[in-house]
Amino acid sequence: MLQLSPNLIEEASKELYIRALKALPPDIKSGFQALSDRETNETAKGILSTMIRNISVAEETDNLLCQDTGIPIYNVWIGRDVVFDGAAIKSAIRKGCERATREYPLRSSVVHPITRKNEHTSCGLEVPVIHFDFVDTPEYVRLEMVPKGSGSENNSYLRMAIPAEGLAAVKTFVIDSVIASGGKTCPPTIVGVGVGGTSDLCVALAKKAATRALGSVCADAEGAALERELTHAVNHLGIGPQGLGGDGTAFAVHVEMAATHITMNPVAVNMQCHSARRASAEFSADGIHYGY
Amino acid sequence: MVHYTFQMPVDEAQVRQLRINDTVTLEQTLFGIRDATQIHLFDRGRKTKFDLRGHAVIHTAPNVKKVPVSAQYPAGYAAVCVGTTTSDRMERFTRPLMTQYGVRLIVGKGGMREDSKAAFGELGGAYLAIIGGTAALETTWIEQIEDVDMDDLNPESLWRFRIRQFGPLLVGMDSHGGSLYDTVRAHTAAQRDKVLAELGVGR
Repeated sequence: MLQLSPNLIEEASKELYIRALKALPPDIKSGFQALSDRETNETAKGILSTMIRNISVAEETDNLLCQDTGIPIYNVWIGRDVVFDGAAIKSAIRKGCERATREYPLRSSVVHPITRKNEHTSCGLEVPVIHFDFVDTPEYVRLEMVPKGSGSENNSYLRMAIPAEGLAAVKTFVIDSVIASGGKTCPPTIVGVGVGGTSDLCVALAKKAATRALGSVCADAEGAALERELTHAVNHLGIGPQGLGGDGTAFAVHVEMAATHITMNPVAVNMQCHSARRASAEFSADGIHYGY
Repeated sequence: MVHYTFQMPVDEAQVRQLRINDTVTLEQTLFGIRDATQIHLFDRGRKTKFDLRGHAVIHTAPNVKKVPVSAQYPAGYAAVCVGTTTSDRMERFTRPLMTQYGVRLIVGKGGMREDSKAAFGELGGAYLAIIGGTAALETTWIEQIEDVDMDDLNPESLWRFRIRQFGPLLVGMDSHGGSLYDTVRAHTAAQRDKVLAELGVGR
């Protein structure tokens, strides 16, 4: 039995927020290199090279990669044979998030949706966003932190297409969403596409797709084929890094899917900016192990 | 393509020299401004103590640390991480920034739209594109937070930064009707049907 201590979760939640903001995961760094190697537009090549330089400057100066501390999202996966107090874990995550903000200090980017009041804690109604899921691995707990930047999040889209419109509606919607977003999402992006489900599930799937590691592939074969096709397609639109033209519009298009209703054909798009930040921690009897 | 170094503030003639694809490095002073700052200035009738005539504003809301006021930190703030936000949300404020406050240059990311372009042409202004998401680098161009106004809106206060070699920034929109974003949009629109055809849409 693994005992999950709220104190460890609080510590990790604080640490992960700061780590995520400072160091990009290795798969994203490789993604930059791949785009830069393929880029044929000189302006775009220069922009990518500055983005790559920024990653080094952040590491050398121990600074944040981007000023946008985002909306904090925490994803928790809990395996078998783990003893935990769910309510205490939720409150520990919130406390860790608040402590990172106050103690570092980080810019709190979170406000009340109507009064716009900022509590300077990165917390508020229903924020941080916390998702729990359960997996079939013994004595396993994984906590992931994603600071979701607003430039990309402000360009999120849902369309409740109908069956008669077929897969063409999905493809067209993705292409038009990427075009409509232009440079506002801070491209190159990871384009997350949700296909199927209910409206809310479809949007959640798009977010899951946008925050997946580069190199990971949709578990469904049809979804994986759609990922390949759409990745090729968006990188022929000419939007380019920062929307200033070029080949590198997206690192990849990721697809996540769910079954849907006989009358429905929903598609959602959520994008992750080039500062595709995330950090994670795994917990075992001997403590916390940090990674991406 | 020409590179300019501007000691801020600048006059109309200097800004009118700029053409898209030129690059600019700013020196001395830069003001930081954001959604809430401009909502309060232009929708709620607030005024700033700063004289923005001939200056550049950057679309930002920095990460800062409160410190005791000293010669190094005259505003009581140390810059932690200063970056740039998406400009498009603040489209409707370009014209009043120019007509009411005399702002000449807007530094931002992602580009702006028709009314900003028209205002740059009529009043003599330009949009300087910075690379969004490269805030660690941008922070090294900020020497000091010299002063702050409307700080109840923190972090969306009106900041006055002292800068050194801030750039190079790319002229994305100029006062002659030029916009790199228009060029890219036209190209992308032309690519759309080709890309969709390759995806088998419309067959």
